[in-house]
Amino acid sequence: MKNTALPSNKTMYNIIVTPIWISIKTALLATIITFFIGIYAAIFVIRLKRYKGLWDGLFTLPMVLPPTVVGFFLLLFLGKNSFMGKIFAVFDYNFIFSWGATVVSAVVVSFPLMYRTARGAFEQLDQNIISAARTLGISEWRIFWQVMLPNCFYGVLAGVVLSFTRALGEFGATIMVAGNIPGKTQTISTAIYAAVQAGDYELAYKWVGVVVLVSFAVILMLNSWTNRQSKKPVYLQRKAG
Amino acid sequence: MLSVDISKKLGEFDLKVNFSIADEPMAILGASGCGKSMTLKCIAGIETPDFGRIVLNDKVLYDSEKGINLSPQKRHVGYLFQNYALFPNMTVAENIGFALNKRHNKDEIIRDFIDKLRLKGLEDKFPAQLSGGQQQRTALARMLALNTEIIMFDEPLSALDSFLKWELEQELMEIFTSFDKPVLYVSHDRGEVYRLCERIAILEKGQMISFSTKHKLFENPCTVTGTILTGCKNISAATESDNGLVFAKDWGIGFKIPTGVVGADIKFVAIRAHLLTLKNNACDNTYNAQIINVIEDVFDWIVLLKLSPKASKPFRWVINKKESPMLEKGFFVDVGVATENIIFLEH
Repeated sequence: MKNTALPSNKTMYNIIVTPIWISIKTALLATIITFFIGIYAAIFVIRLKRYKGLWDGLFTLPMVLPPTVVGFFLLLFLGKNSFMGKIFAVFDYNFIFSWGATVVSAVVVSFPLMYRTARGAFEQLDQNIISAARTLGISEWRIFWQVMLPNCFYGVLAGVVLSFTRALGEFGATIMVAGNIPGKTQTISTAIYAAVQAGDYELAYKWVGVVVLVSFAVILMLNSWTNRQSKKPVYLQRKAG
Repeated sequence: MLSVDISKKLGEFDLKVNFSIADEPMAILGASGCGKSMTLKCIAGIETPDFGRIVLNDKVLYDSEKGINLSPQKRHVGYLFQNYALFPNMTVAENIGFALNKRHNKDEIIRDFIDKLRLKGLEDKFPAQLSGGQQQRTALARMLALNTEIIMFDEPLSALDSFLKWELEQELMEIFTSFDKPVLYVSHDRGEVYRLCERIAILEKGQMISFSTKHKLFENPCTVTGTILTGCKNISAATESDNGLVFAKDWGIGFKIPTGVVGADIKFVAIRAHLLTLKNNACDNTYNAQIINVIEDVFDWIVLLKLSPKASKPFRWVINKKESPMLEKGFFVDVGVATENIIFLEH
């Protein structure tokens, strides 16, 4: 038993909920950013004529590197002594140990998942459909929003869900560049780590329970969505035979 | 008026085409992989040639020297794909209207083309709910509704079964006669192009080896590839002998050289399967041939003949069942061919 004075119910609630809220806020914002840059990267690589493999490797790297290495690079490029860091300093902003750093960490590690799933989905779409749209005079913007995206809906959705869950669970890079400041950069993953380090298993159990529940709920939701054939628009239903 | 003069490196060979057409239908006939689809894609701007020039009605679509390469969106070229390439997430009406957003009379145009292409009642169906023929008619309506400066067809019938094919071919025929702008029709089916287009170009491994009217082409296909593409089943290597005869090596027989062909360097001879006949007065060349095999087709017998004891390849002969005598394996039959029905080829 801990010998510290028990916090009141209200502060107890804050202690538990704040990291959850920071995590969700971070994961949501990171997923929105990843959605756009991931899709942009996918289209960029699909349209490349040369050096496709090189760019693909570069974009996939954050997925295969240890998150600590990703964190190391973020420190290198965005830290106090970096070029970017000096620009931030002009605006009196310190990136390291800020909430922004949790978001950037989450974006970098979840980006490859969005990029790869979106690319796979777009490449499966019949190229003639895109060509037909172009010969019909449809702008690239409309082709993307009204032809590519609706027809690759489930592929892109899978990318979004994977990115979100990855961003939610991000730990390694976050703890290196954003640290573990309660109420500011402490996400649920870093909070669990800190709780276990401090021997507070009771608190750790609660957070672990929340993470397992949220993650499982997301997967279940995705499964029921993609399996309910009859509720899908006709054009996304699997054809018989 | 369309003029094309382009070249492009394609894996195993170079595409090199040079032609111009007035406001009329022209067909490009070629085996699969000869570069005919690539030619259309270069005109539409989906693919970029390595160098050359494409001009449509005074509008330069592509010019490598001047660095002009209009995007497909700016070319106003109609393109019909073999696999229809409809937007799966849109209904028939939405597919037709998708490119018409800026037109004030959009609904009117859609209704008009739904009537014209017999798509009534299918307006709200998605492509996945349509038959192949209905899908292709929708794609046709979508292309025609834009009223482009040229329409191009990339093997539009080859994915359809024969009945639907015939239906759609009738539709195309009507469109071709009413459309007074250039039409490019790509196919490997000689019947289709013969019925639909007056002018036919033959493409072999990226090279345009012949470009003439259909009657000229089928009378004298000029090359072995042309002969095969026009549907001739019997081609033999040939040598000229001194006594005014051409000797067909594969069949072990000789032909009299007709006047007019003398002096040409004949390397191949070809005879269409149905132009060999039972021996009659019109035949300048007659043979006592042995029957190797008889295969029953729907209305004809396909008879494999050994035209001489020295023949190394069978001759494929077609004879209508009603006109045919008893034909049995191993027996001999007297057949003949008029010299005018023999195709002499120099290459």
